[in-house]
Amino acid sequence: MTEYETKEYDVLVIGAGGAGLRAAIEASALGAKVGLVCKSLLGKAHTVMAEGGVAAALANVDQQDGWETHFKDTMNGGKLLNNWRMAQLHAQEAPERVKELERWGAVFDRTKDGKILQRAFGGHTWKRLCHVGDRTGLEMIRTLQDKGVHQGFDVHMECCVTKLFKDGDKISGAFGYFREDGRYILFKAKAVVLATGGVGKSFPVTSNSWEYSGDGQGLAYDAGADLIDMEFVQFHPTGMVWPPGVRGILVTEGVRGEGGILRNSLGERFMYKYLPESTRDGYAANDEEAVTWVNAAIAGTKTEARRPPELSTRDNVARAIYTEVKEGRGSPHGGVFLDISYQDPERVKKKLPSMYHQFKDLADVDITAGPMEVGPTMHYTMGGVRVDADTQMSRVPGLFAAGECSGGMHGANRLGGNSLSDLVVFGRRAGMGAAEYIKGISSAPTISEADIKDAIEEMEAPFKRADGKNPYDIMKELHKTMSTYVGIFREEKDMETGIAKLQEIKEMIKHAGAKGTKAYNPGWHMCRDLHNMMICSEAIAKSALSRKESRGAHSRLDYPDLNETEWGTVNTAISKDGDKMKLEHTPKPQMPEELAKLFVKKKEAASV
Amino acid sequence: MSEGTNTHRQATLKVYRGDKGKGDYQTYKVPVEAGMVVLDAIHYIQQNYDPELAVRWNCKAAKCGSCSAEVNGMPSLMCKSRMDQFRDDEDIMVQPLKTFPIIKDLVTDVSWNYEVNKKITPFSPAADADWTVYQEDIERVQEFRKCIECFLCQNVCHVLRDHDRKDNFMGPRFLVRTAGLEMHPLDEANRLKFLKDEGHIGYCNITKCCTEVCPEDIHITDNAIIPLKERVVDEFYDPLGKFIKGVLSGGKK
Repeated sequence: MTEYETKEYDVLVIGAGGAGLRAAIEASALGAKVGLVCKSLLGKAHTVMAEGGVAAALANVDQQDGWETHFKDTMNGGKLLNNWRMAQLHAQEAPERVKELERWGAVFDRTKDGKILQRAFGGHTWKRLCHVGDRTGLEMIRTLQDKGVHQGFDVHMECCVTKLFKDGDKISGAFGYFREDGRYILFKAKAVVLATGGVGKSFPVTSNSWEYSGDGQGLAYDAGADLIDMEFVQFHPTGMVWPPGVRGILVTEGVRGEGGILRNSLGERFMYKYLPESTRDGYAANDEEAVTWVNAAIAGTKTEARRPPELSTRDNVARAIYTEVKEGRGSPHGGVFLDISYQDPERVKKKLPSMYHQFKDLADVDITAGPMEVGPTMHYTMGGVRVDADTQMSRVPGLFAAGECSGGMHGANRLGGNSLSDLVVFGRRAGMGAAEYIKGISSAPTISEADIKDAIEEMEAPFKRADGKNPYDIMKELHKTMSTYVGIFREEKDMETGIAKLQEIKEMIKHAGAKGTKAYNPGWHMCRDLHNMMICSEAIAKSALSRKESRGAHSRLDYPDLNETEWGTVNTAISKDGDKMKLEHTPKPQMPEELAKLFVKKKEAASV
Repeated sequence: MSEGTNTHRQATLKVYRGDKGKGDYQTYKVPVEAGMVVLDAIHYIQQNYDPELAVRWNCKAAKCGSCSAEVNGMPSLMCKSRMDQFRDDEDIMVQPLKTFPIIKDLVTDVSWNYEVNKKITPFSPAADADWTVYQEDIERVQEFRKCIECFLCQNVCHVLRDHDRKDNFMGPRFLVRTAGLEMHPLDEANRLKFLKDEGHIGYCNITKCCTEVCPEDIHITDNAIIPLKERVVDEFYDPLGKFIKGVLSGGKK
């Protein structure tokens, strides 16, 4: 039999972005023997690309803020489909997690009186995003990385996990390979924390990196966990659209937070007309009010003016841009204009340094002198592994998930800035949950030889397919299918066509072939990545087809309205049933009375 | 602007293919489209000619520092190296970082850097610090914290590149990291002895090669290394100056 090395841990954490690092730090601090694996080098995970900030109701800038408002904003942003308990824990604990990052060495931008500065973002009532210019994610991951290396856990870099093992119904370990030379590794573990991020690589235009192949979701699905809310895919409204080589690269919402204005080719500031009736009161009625708000934000002074319409939620802004382009009012390269050049150039360079360089270096555009061209780019998956809110454990005992690969926290649409806070709040909770869980596991985990053999054979198979298909060609087919049939706007017939095409692609994946050796062979790695990309793509398409309404990021042309009575009470859940993918609609957790009141009051006030 | 200019220019890339043992340059023709960067060309080769071609990358937006290589001899991030900077008839040579051992093709073993990092005393604030910190006091530290760990500075540093003193010299990246800790207004640790005796800051003779290649425009030499050198000199080689400064500062760092 092919050789493999073996490592034994109490807790194995898969993924070393914000959530994985925070989980590993916590579990390790609580005494567990922890191993951390990451597909890339340490410190390169997707968290590094987060720009605008981390949301926490510190109330350093707007004193009226508090966890209840953050909770309400999060639930409203998610169209009330969120797991209320996760949203509550998140809003309550985010401030302490941000302060903890500061104590661990993060250096946030400051207010004039020496506190952590906070900026405005879409859907947040108050200025809430703690930030470091437009490189907040880098600051967070470096802080956690430098804290982590002194914590005493093992880090396995450029290691990819392909299988989870169970002993009875409980998690007992995982199997993977090292990218460097393709050698195999068996992890015996009492608990596994998934923190692998999202699914962006199933789409052609995305702000996500190659790592985002839905590994955690795929591993969990194969191990018997269920995936919820997979139909909710966030298209970030502002990605670069030109030149083609950079299409999809993120343009931070911080541009709009700092006062960036969206216009169409006619010069119209179109966002006014796309504000939903229910939230219109929270936004400026005209340019004069909007500019008063921006000037006050820059000066750090108070104002009665309401925030600009560009700070609507992401789902709404993305649909608005898509519609403007589709109706012929787009920019030359199929986007719209985002303009911050009316502000002092030195301030723009200071507050948005990465954006300044990104456009200057990659698109020959000086954002201090003229507008950017932007359009929607696939950015985030709200759905993921269903977990218990307090412990982050899935329905598989010993299997935990945190961050983007878990589901529930963000409901039908995530607010900007709520992801970085999600990582540290629930990364920590997953670490705690796993450390607590292993106390109840007395015997060493066992893994059957047959399971290991299957895992090895699966990895060896692509080399044995003499005339195997190029895995990158299959990836391109998958891209085409997802963007054509399961994009921003969806329709029954399209999605049915898409699902049929996915079945064809699933067959192709069985014939994906690798050549050469196992040494750092991206083609071989892609053959396996396609497995998880396919599970997630199919889950997204089937969930989207099943939800016959429009809610948050899920927009149906054939069901354009929100249908609260029929669809407001259920989550879509995907699980594995033999060789089939099973879809159910399961009841949404009910908010307790004292929290539900927060929402009722608002409705009454609005109807007066 | 005219879209879809179909008169595709072809670029010629010569890419290093091989491993620790041996290797040579293979030539590929790649169609060039507007705004394309060298990393796009490498991906084109990978997807269309040779899925085995090894390259390390993540964000493709100059934020993660994974795709460092030497392009026509210039150490750079491939995701920031525009194809239109090269003439039509110019071969584009792409090779791995020279300072680190080759794993395969464009991928090198940079694990030594992670070992160096572990030796640096982490951030050590006072237990009763009150965390009121003003922007003007952290501007410099924030400059150092822009580092994306692409290791291009380590790659060009002649102490590491030409003299291979990885056994003895921490390199510009970790001098920047240490500077970020030493200059943090709330940090209380002292890393000067470490800088002198283990990091061997004295090996740097400020040729500024590191500063030149930094994709984040960190003034590595002027703002990080020289001030640290001065502190080390004050601490260990200027007893009178140290005494006077100690009296003036009331014993604070």
